[in-house]
Amino acid sequence: MMRERFTTIASRLLDEDPRTAVVLADISTDAFKDAALAHPDRVVNVGIREQLLVGVTGGLALAGLRPIAHTFASFLVERGFEQIKLDLNHQGVGAVLVSIGASYDRAGAGRTHQAPGDVALLDTLPGWTVHVPGHPDEAELLLRSGVAEDGLVYLRLSEQTNARAQPVRPGGFLTVREGRTGPVLLAVGPLLDTVLEATEGLDATVLYAATIRPFDAAGLRAATADRPAPEVVLVEPYLAGTSAGFAAEALADRPHRLLSLGVRREELRRYGTMADHIRAHGLDAASVRQRVAAFAAAGAR
Amino acid sequence: MTTTWDSRLPLDLVARMTGDEKHSPAALSTLDALWVLYDRVLRVSPETATAQDRDRFLLSKGHGPMAYYAVLAAKGFLTPEQLDGFGGWDSPLGHHPDRTLVPGAEIGSGSLGHGLGLAVGTALGLRAQGLDDPAVWVLVGDAELDEGSNHEAVAYAGAVGLDRLHVLVVDNQSATHGWHGGIAAHFDVAGWSTATVDGRDHDALYAAFTQPHPGRPHAVVAVTEPKH
Repeated sequence: MMRERFTTIASRLLDEDPRTAVVLADISTDAFKDAALAHPDRVVNVGIREQLLVGVTGGLALAGLRPIAHTFASFLVERGFEQIKLDLNHQGVGAVLVSIGASYDRAGAGRTHQAPGDVALLDTLPGWTVHVPGHPDEAELLLRSGVAEDGLVYLRLSEQTNARAQPVRPGGFLTVREGRTGPVLLAVGPLLDTVLEATEGLDATVLYAATIRPFDAAGLRAATADRPAPEVVLVEPYLAGTSAGFAAEALADRPHRLLSLGVRREELRRYGTMADHIRAHGLDAASVRQRVAAFAAAGAR
Repeated sequence: MTTTWDSRLPLDLVARMTGDEKHSPAALSTLDALWVLYDRVLRVSPETATAQDRDRFLLSKGHGPMAYYAVLAAKGFLTPEQLDGFGGWDSPLGHHPDRTLVPGAEIGSGSLGHGLGLAVGTALGLRAQGLDDPAVWVLVGDAELDEGSNHEAVAYAGAVGLDRLHVLVVDNQSATHGWHGGIAAHFDVAGWSTATVDGRDHDALYAAFTQPHPGRPHAVVAVTEPKH
């Protein structure tokens, strides 16, 4: 589980690096109990106060620390969004924000605990590195690299995972499967296994992104270079189309077609399981395969 | 620098921005309190502006920063000439301050209700590095306290006894619905040390600023004439 890996590694980073601090708002505090005993001044739980969570994070950074702020994505990114804009970006300081819950992890909790718009919101601000790991090993690597740098880093953890970790490096897209003439799919984080299953037996290229910002435009251009008019499919585990503008910009000088799959904008107003929600958003392997086929057929007409 | 209030230097400096030589001190509710802080309390100067153990002053109420810029100029963080272009394309001095542009400014502000949270984090961050001596001051307005983010910070800082944190509330009675029971009461119930003084009386301000407050954060409410 990514959340457990995060709390374990963040606790270790508190031991290893005196610049690190963890800021909490009553979520995951049990998992940081030992770390709080060992480092009472660097594990801060502000209570159920998410504006203060981000404000304190900005203040810790102003004082020279490398803060890691953590709670559910909806409360971390959406509730105090102006704090992110002003207490981090505008102050010119860095921080690592680590969210859980993602888009549909808590299907039974309903809309209040779902944040499919988090990456799109952060896209309104400059300078953010956005990691969307698909496996706990990737989450660990990206957390460590995020804490080691000084900038603005968002690490989006999910309960949905791929069976195996990919040899990711912070930044560029990985080519996981290479086709010759078919569509080029970009699978983001926990949707890689879905995309691999959906394209089984097709002449498709599958790229993988555990880091979606900055957007690896050069990687997408290279993967589509052989095709005169590439068909590009984005498969993102958050709001559909979040990266569409970035892909369009990367391919602005060549004819191409773009399909953006992701979480639908409309509220589901249904509970159930994560799998139910994945199906409802058309992000299960069968739905992805069908939608890619329809996209290809539309282009062939 | 040993500028005294009698020299009227801050007022003259304010006039460089407002262009009004007769500008009433009544319109500058923060000027006296800022002056006493920078002149007699804060241990920070242009030479120590980046020292880790400096005192921090965070202007949360970024509206109407002319008094702040004037005091920064009087204390040598800015040159008097820099005040002349206030708000212009070529000036680092905006109608709301930007810390990356203004020498000596600890935070950028303008949107109300951000300074206290940043000040709490700054105080925690200094303590986490073993810097128990530097004081962190944040100036908020009485109307600014309407923003709920302040109350998250006030309740938390009081609960954990963050005693290097100091809040200066300049109360010119501009909050639309007022503060029932007075502003200090709202800090008091949250566990803070408080003092309420005449915001134009320099000696009273100094006494309130330097009042001991072991184990508790400290709030000074500086009452000025009502905003017109």
